[in-house]
Amino acid sequence: MNITEKILARASGKTEVEPGEIVEASVDVAMVHDLTGPLTVKEFRKIGVGKVWDNQRIVIIFDHLVPANSVRSAELHKFMREFAKEQNITNFYDIGRGGICHQVLPEKGHVRPGELVVGTDSHTCTHGAFGAFATGIGATDMSAVFATGKLWFKVPSSIKVNVTGKFQNFVTPKDLILNIIGKIRADGSTYKGLEFSGPTVRNISIDGRMTMCNIAVEMGAKNGIIAPDEATLKYVKSRTKVPFKPVKSDPDATYEKTVNVDVTDMEPQVACPSSVDNVKPISEIGEVEVNQAFLGSCTNGRLEDLRIAAKILDGKKVKDGVRMVIIPASQEIYMQALRENLFETFLNAGAMVSNPTCGPCLGIHLGILAPGEVCISSSNRNFIGRMGSPKASVYLGSPATVAASAVTGRITDPRSMEA
Amino acid sequence: MISGKALKFGDNVDTDVIIPGKYLVLTLNPDELAKHAMEGLDPNFAEKAKGGVILVARKNFGCGSSREEAPWALKHAGVKCVLAESFARIFYRNATNIGLPVLECPGVSEKVEEGDELVVDLKAGRVENRSKNIVLQATKLPDFILEILDDGGLIEHLKREMKSK
Repeated sequence: MNITEKILARASGKTEVEPGEIVEASVDVAMVHDLTGPLTVKEFRKIGVGKVWDNQRIVIIFDHLVPANSVRSAELHKFMREFAKEQNITNFYDIGRGGICHQVLPEKGHVRPGELVVGTDSHTCTHGAFGAFATGIGATDMSAVFATGKLWFKVPSSIKVNVTGKFQNFVTPKDLILNIIGKIRADGSTYKGLEFSGPTVRNISIDGRMTMCNIAVEMGAKNGIIAPDEATLKYVKSRTKVPFKPVKSDPDATYEKTVNVDVTDMEPQVACPSSVDNVKPISEIGEVEVNQAFLGSCTNGRLEDLRIAAKILDGKKVKDGVRMVIIPASQEIYMQALRENLFETFLNAGAMVSNPTCGPCLGIHLGILAPGEVCISSSNRNFIGRMGSPKASVYLGSPATVAASAVTGRITDPRSMEA
Repeated sequence: MISGKALKFGDNVDTDVIIPGKYLVLTLNPDELAKHAMEGLDPNFAEKAKGGVILVARKNFGCGSSREEAPWALKHAGVKCVLAESFARIFYRNATNIGLPVLECPGVSEKVEEGDELVVDLKAGRVENRSKNIVLQATKLPDFILEILDDGGLIEHLKREMKSK
């Protein structure tokens, strides 16, 4: 069996499962955030069981509307705080205590190799970076999990992505995953698992692996996953004392197909409007002027992302007429960035730094675009209206591309900024 | 049997156009969400859907976010059923869970025009285009999904199951 099959087999009490089989699996960790939690609770109440199945396995993280930007948002927060208190859910990360859910969940030790994680957010697939089976579900599915701790899954067939080669300077795991989605396309992995492997993946940091698994859902995938190794175990063990059993794919595991990618000659990649699979090498996109540069989100708001941006912005200025919004993904990252003086570089460059939150990525809160405006963003979606006006355009690129573009005012190859 | 006029859409209709993020704070009020359904693609959608319609789309309908507000908005706007070449998986589950039937129906985007009168037999997986006098075969739903839909969604289904245990 491959790693995804092994985890689903273990979670459903079976010794073996095969693609297409429907299993009822026990959930190890169930996460909701401030925007999807309220509907989950509303549906949970209808089931009428009173108490949640396990208050220790539920995690609530506020990130989408942080801090509350309207009375309605504040009401949703209040509603969730009351629920957490009522059910004695202590894994609750309120404003100022956490940050973006997909960063906070592993940071606080809730993601462990070999476990089954569900979250009411499509980018829950991020946690496959730790060798867990992690997938996004809706509010009603989650209300059933809150009540019973179980959920049905169709065991997916898996696609293996084998990555080789050495990255050029300023070419990043984000460029790699954009390149992969350009190949697999937006629906190329629908209902399927995506397993990233190969020597290059082994050399990618935890931050970079999270970026890769985060975008699995943009290919329709049920999960993205990377087998745990020394780096994974070191990270997880520094975050939790809870025991876990890592699993890996067997040498004779089966896959629907294998996609090979060599990063050696890879340029920075950009996903053009308005589909994440509309990917081009940066040399082919021509002259695109930008109004906003956004660095942040569950895809690319991590320390490594802030560091590479600081390297590019050091001693430079964000171009007049361009605004740069930088949002660290968590309080922990915020603190570390502060210690490393990264904010000094950003502020000197004329960028603004906000508190950890989802921000412009979903067009509710902070950094919304006007009609006709263009944003280069390190986030994961460029759909029509995603960041505000349906007449605005969003281009997706790496943190390095975002920083380089902020300086020149047009989408720019970060390799051209090399000192 | 479900019947209604077809409203047509293309490939990769994402949840951000089905219900834009800025309306998600209306999450607990599906009728309010419904006023903004499909706003990103057709500002007059809510008006057109009133009284009941069947959506017909190409591939990967409902891709993107896990927001269950997407099927809720469609259902409360008057959508009785969605037929597409294929669906994104979270949307597929969400729609089923709230009692909005969705069927994968190969060829539907070519054999149906906007405004055609459709009749859908969920159990048989049969889609009849009365305006064109043709019948299409959709992928049949597994029995446990039909049961969830029969019960009106996952919550009612779960309640019934818990009672019988």
